[in-house]
Amino acid sequence: MGIFIPNTTDEQIRMLNDIGYKDFDDLFALIPDEAKFKGNLNIPMGKSEIEVTHTIESIANKNTIFRSIFRGAGAYNHYVPSAVNSISNKEEFLTAYTPYQAEISQGILQSIFEYQTMITELTDMDIANASMYDGASAAAEACAMCKDRKRSTIYVSEAVDKRILEVIKTYSFGRDTTVKVIPETNGITDKDALRKALDDDSSAACFLMQYPNYYGLIEDADTLCKITHDAGAQFIMSVQPLSLGVLKTPGEIGADICVGEGQPLGLGLNFGGPYLGILATTNKNLRKIPGRLIGETVDSAGDRGFVLTLQAREQHIRRDKASSNICSNQALCALKAGLYMATIGPKGLEQVSTLCSSKAHYMAEELSKIGMPLVYEVPFWNEFVTSCPNTDKLLSSLETKGILGGLKLEDGNILWCCTELNTKEDIDTVIAIAKEVF
Amino acid sequence: MKLIFEKSIPGRGQDIFPICDVPICLPKAPHRNTKPRLPEISENEMGRHYTSLAKRAHGVNDGFYPLGSCTMKHNPKINEAMASLPGFVNIHPLQPPHTVVGANEIITELENFLCEITGMDAITFQPAAGAQGEFTGLLLIKAYLQDKGEFERNEILVPDSAHGTNPASATMAGFKSITIKSDAFGMVDLDDLKSHLGPKTAGLMLTNPNTVGLFDTHIMDITRLVHEAGGLCYYDGANLNAVMGIVRPADIGFDVIHMNLHKTFSTPHGGGGPGSGPCGCKSFLSPYLPGLTCKDGKTYTRAEKSIGNLTGFYGNFLVNIKAFTYILTLGSKGVPSVAKNAVLNANYMQEKLKDIYPVAFDTTCMHEFVISLQAIHNEKNISALDVAKALLDHGMHPPTMYFPLIVDEALMIEPTETESRETLDDAIEVFRDIYKMIIESPEIVAASPQTTPVLRLDEVKAAREPKLKYNFGE
Repeated sequence: MGIFIPNTTDEQIRMLNDIGYKDFDDLFALIPDEAKFKGNLNIPMGKSEIEVTHTIESIANKNTIFRSIFRGAGAYNHYVPSAVNSISNKEEFLTAYTPYQAEISQGILQSIFEYQTMITELTDMDIANASMYDGASAAAEACAMCKDRKRSTIYVSEAVDKRILEVIKTYSFGRDTTVKVIPETNGITDKDALRKALDDDSSAACFLMQYPNYYGLIEDADTLCKITHDAGAQFIMSVQPLSLGVLKTPGEIGADICVGEGQPLGLGLNFGGPYLGILATTNKNLRKIPGRLIGETVDSAGDRGFVLTLQAREQHIRRDKASSNICSNQALCALKAGLYMATIGPKGLEQVSTLCSSKAHYMAEELSKIGMPLVYEVPFWNEFVTSCPNTDKLLSSLETKGILGGLKLEDGNILWCCTELNTKEDIDTVIAIAKEVF
Repeated sequence: MKLIFEKSIPGRGQDIFPICDVPICLPKAPHRNTKPRLPEISENEMGRHYTSLAKRAHGVNDGFYPLGSCTMKHNPKINEAMASLPGFVNIHPLQPPHTVVGANEIITELENFLCEITGMDAITFQPAAGAQGEFTGLLLIKAYLQDKGEFERNEILVPDSAHGTNPASATMAGFKSITIKSDAFGMVDLDDLKSHLGPKTAGLMLTNPNTVGLFDTHIMDITRLVHEAGGLCYYDGANLNAVMGIVRPADIGFDVIHMNLHKTFSTPHGGGGPGSGPCGCKSFLSPYLPGLTCKDGKTYTRAEKSIGNLTGFYGNFLVNIKAFTYILTLGSKGVPSVAKNAVLNANYMQEKLKDIYPVAFDTTCMHEFVISLQAIHNEKNISALDVAKALLDHGMHPPTMYFPLIVDEALMIEPTETESRETLDDAIEVFRDIYKMIIESPEIVAASPQTTPVLRLDEVKAAREPKLKYNFGE
């Protein structure tokens, strides 16, 4: 198969001869014979576009698409406006790489500069980078930013998503950093435990909390921030970006670093990826921020333009002293997030945030009426935990009706999630099925 | 061109969300007092804004893109179509396993394909990009050595020609990176390697073909020496495109590898990502692999001594579908044919340019080659940067500049196999025209580009007075 290779076999031979080689064996003669792979690769023979399409479509059809989704827990079923994919799929964006040549990459550079601006507006932080891989790796990199000679221990609330904690621990295994978990009480971070742990530890680098937390609860971030700052450590918030349509922002709270899973901003569920790592911080962390940053400057005629900047932090310049090894990031996902935020605007942001909250509160109330009360008496936004008389039975009944119910937690309770895509009718259907089950 | 914020008019916008069909209820927690100044813009104006931005970008579809080390090959359209299927896009990562059998089938099959191509025994798709793949591979080495009680092995050897991510990843994984010199032929200096091997050696990270585009002819000796010293061998798969189907990294002594699916396996680069950097290893390292996998369609399992997780779920899944599509399309014969033509195209260009642009190492190259502008710089005061900028005026993306660090005034050219002979001939002609201009009127080259949307940009100003977001006129 010469697929995607334009030159015909004849042309290839002519080119080989033209530059003094007999054939391909001759061209590869410098590779030692003992290093060469002698057999044929044990993978199927190449296929035509139609055959490949049929094969992969039939694999895709083995997956179940739920018509109604009440599961979140780190991946959220938000609406993706038509413009987002239609525009971001433009080949100029899709097939470019990191904008190393600024003069012909102004489009990519400006789109990321606009994304950086939108993230700072959303979070009220001073600066945002051009993206990390996902929310979890952004959290891990944020923790690494806080480490210095005197302070190295990372504190994380037990009420964060276990997946985020797992990635922080994995990164910390690399850097030989200690991660300590502050226990939760009744679904939220135990403030006294945090105060005590930080007071006793002059090596505390940072404390990371999730907002809303894994159970959907809105913790008292102001107090947690104060406790952390009193101990001289940095305060990191991991946010669901759309919650900031209504909730007090990390900037208003005084966070040093705000990270988050950007998937709700116009990216599909995508079976977990590609997603988008949001990372924003204050000016004082400017030189420690990992990843690409786009800055404004002027060209030789004095006109405005954009470039990759402050690259002295990065791996291709600093090598083993770099703030991170990140090179490729999630630029196209950042472009989509920028498109999403431009599409919905400030009004849409407030609307979607309000819709999520309202639906979740309606559902929580309806569930409690049928014997599935809220487990925690803490304010929530779009996720909440209820008890359930028979979780497995309920979830499988919902599944047979094409509904992906909430996530069963280790203690048997259910973590529910509502978004703007869940209609009152859908919610009422869940309630009706639950009534039938019990 | 205006920023989107400068096109925003209060009150404008788009109707996306419905009226709330349940009573409005907001959290009983502190609310934001600030108003985010997101754009207020109609869909038409927004569409035109992004179309203008697209016109000011250069992708593989816009023209030749011989950016060395980045393998800017054609991105087949079928890849995008397959990765957009509703059955992949609309599934939640925490759905019950029996409802995502197809997704896990793709992951398992792609693992089989990539194991066959690399010779490795197992692969994780957790890493979202090549650099994260490197980090993962090094953590596997670290976990393995610590498990054996060999805590004193804390040095990773990295050739001076390596990508910057190698030493940066070594640091992130808690190793000390030790630089190994290249010899006069651009290969690993065996004596220097030997002098640094010892009881502290955790491993060697090697790109082969290396970053000057040469296949290290001592490769069997290199991996043997590292193993004899008790270290492991890490293969940086950035340049796998040159040898896939021809050489299998595991067969030549490598224990762990990462691949860049956005380079070798034709998934698009997306203006900087998302990529995918799966990490493969031999079976003795597989107990340490990160992440959850579902091979039986029923349950997710984690490797016995897993290092944890690199990303929240299963890595950049949709990107992996594109690579799967590509391998299915190419098949067993197509894969080596890619490598052969990538090497042919590079040698063709090298041969047609080397009389005027001296190559760093004058021998048969692999998928890329490096020219040095040092002599031209000395004589005419025209730098590699100047030549790169002159290429912009010819609708061509310049090669990678000033890399590898062991070549002065370097330009690293990687045409890839998806370019036709005419494209290569045109590019060769452009290079030769620019050379003529350097000789006859270097001032024109120094003043390029002239036809791009902006002229040369002041990078020093950008770094000295960082402006990282739009100033709303506060």
